[in-house]
Amino acid sequence: MSAPVAKPPAALPEELAAPERTGRRGSALVHRLFVVRELGILAALVLLVLVTVVANPRFLSGQNVRDLLLSAAILTVLAAGQTMVIVTRNVDLSVGSVLGLSAYATGTLLVVAPGTPVVVAVLAGTAVGAVCGLLNGLVVAAAGVPSLVVTLGTLYAFRGLDSLWASSADRLQINAADLPSGFKALGGARLLGVPVLFLVAVAVVLLVGWYLRTFRSGRELYGIGSAPEAARLSGIPVGRRVLTAFVVNGALAGLAGVLYAARFQTLDTTAGTGQELFVVAAAVVGGVAIFGGSGSVYGAALGALLLTTIGTALPQLGLDPFWRDAAVGALILAAIALDRALQLRLAARLRGRNARRDR
Amino acid sequence: MTVDTAPAPAGAAAPARRDRTLPAGSVITTFLVLFLVVAAFSVEGFASTRNAGFLLLDVVVIALIALPLTLIVVTGEIDLSVASTVGLCSAVMGQLWVAGLPLEAIVPLVLVLGGVLGAVNGFLVTRLGLPSLAVTIGTLALYRGLAFVVLGDQAVADFPRAWTTWAISSIGSTGIPTVVVPLLVLVVLTGVVLHATPVGRALYAMGNSEDAARFSGIDVARTKLWLFVVTGVVSALGGVYWTLRYGSARADNATGLELQVIAAILLGGVSIFGGSGGLLGVIAGALLLGSVRNALQLVNVPSDVLNIVTGVLLITAVVAPQVAARVKGRRRRRPAS
Repeated sequence: MSAPVAKPPAALPEELAAPERTGRRGSALVHRLFVVRELGILAALVLLVLVTVVANPRFLSGQNVRDLLLSAAILTVLAAGQTMVIVTRNVDLSVGSVLGLSAYATGTLLVVAPGTPVVVAVLAGTAVGAVCGLLNGLVVAAAGVPSLVVTLGTLYAFRGLDSLWASSADRLQINAADLPSGFKALGGARLLGVPVLFLVAVAVVLLVGWYLRTFRSGRELYGIGSAPEAARLSGIPVGRRVLTAFVVNGALAGLAGVLYAARFQTLDTTAGTGQELFVVAAAVVGGVAIFGGSGSVYGAALGALLLTTIGTALPQLGLDPFWRDAAVGALILAAIALDRALQLRLAARLRGRNARRDR
Repeated sequence: MTVDTAPAPAGAAAPARRDRTLPAGSVITTFLVLFLVVAAFSVEGFASTRNAGFLLLDVVVIALIALPLTLIVVTGEIDLSVASTVGLCSAVMGQLWVAGLPLEAIVPLVLVLGGVLGAVNGFLVTRLGLPSLAVTIGTLALYRGLAFVVLGDQAVADFPRAWTTWAISSIGSTGIPTVVVPLLVLVVLTGVVLHATPVGRALYAMGNSEDAARFSGIDVARTKLWLFVVTGVVSALGGVYWTLRYGSARADNATGLELQVIAAILLGGVSIFGGSGGLLGVIAGALLLGSVRNALQLVNVPSDVLNIVTGVLLITAVVAPQVAARVKGRRRRRPAS
């Protein structure tokens, strides 16, 4: 993020830029380390599932897994969008409020016009999110104000708008009974036994991952996060790219709002409150560097899945569910400490190679 | 105040930054005064002693935690775990009270706990070199989680009457809460440290350029470590006060308060990048947020609007000086070209 462009992480871009100097072997090394990073989360996830299954074999029952995937779907979509923003050295804290606003907007649309096709409802919710993202992005990119501050402000503002709308429309809560059955079916729909909402999340992750990896503008997001000034000097339209990242992230938060509406079907103005922390946590646990420039959307998605699994696994392990937040916090700390260790090791190895070659 | 203290430590490195942040601190103070005057005349019941008491009681904890957090933000770091520290300290306080300890023993223990929690943040940031934003998002979740582990979802409410009534008592018939007095002492103390001692200058220096600060002999890591410890202790104090003021120790006490504290700091004109801003702006920011909320409540504006106002105020406070600086810069450039 743009905030305290603190000193230790400032070392990151240099080290990540180094592989270009060392050529293909260096970048292969970098690539391998990042794969190791994602495999690490995957290993943690598998380990957690195994331990839980040993303690309670019913953990892997069909219904339980489906519930888990449904809960993970919403966080995963949010984490995918957040990854795009964080790699540009920004952050969007307003996603929880955007989710709430979009869920309420979608619900209202469906109550007022029950005949609305599901696709239109999905698009409407996504559009609401995109507009919120556009507002965030415009203030960040045009006024040059740190995104932490702007999105902290819109966290309040969007939430306030949500509840103002609900109270002035005299519809404080939207219940399942008010929603058309076509939309409600989306929440429980399955394709080959897999919840459709989860498939939507997987599709989002693959799309964002593909974009970030193959498209020039996607790579430029990483460039901006590594070294904003260098990115500007090399002709990258920094403002426009950052704006795009915010709009896409807003749209995905809007989509997450629609998924939320479809899953829970009871909507009030507190939907998504506090989600921003879990979203940022999922990305960070998944290896997305908080100061931008590195990390992948697949890691963030695995992070989201891991955080959700912890929440459902703890009670199965006989632990008080109150331990969940503490476990999440410990996991974040472990993840960033691991990233730091990997980064130092990477830097040392790249230095070693350079030294050998120079000789 | 902000006007004459901020420029000096900012030094030669940041003339642009000075332009950007100086107006914010003084703007917010002016804005606060204007708002108070307008509200006093137009909002019925705003200028009463009773209302002033309520207003101040609501601002006390925010202003208290904003003091050390301002110092942290000035050095370019951040601590998002303060409200969770409040919650954990409140939960531990409740559990110790249930266990039968007297409050005279509990309070020091809780303050030490706060120091330890702050030291964990500080250790991770300064010794392991991890970004404070990520670390304190982690401890935000960790400390809040531990609070629930300690106390679950119950509340401990049978604290001695003498303590809880003191927490909301006022000085004579003035309506000013008694607790404002120790708070004022801490404000003055923090103000002096930040604006009139070498330590304060060192904090600005760190925020502007950590390397330069290190080369000029400042022990950056140690100073930051202590700042985190102090922030932990003060947050614990906030936890003790919160518990007594509401007469209830709960694990979810002060949830989300970190955002309000940071809003007050940024509204007060402290740069999130570190290196500039002043304490008076921060206090004005906290008071402004509190007064606006209070006045809107008095005229029966629904609480939803309060959130919108808070958000818009925060963004305006940061965007306005930015725009002003840009306009000024353009005007300056024109005659030259």
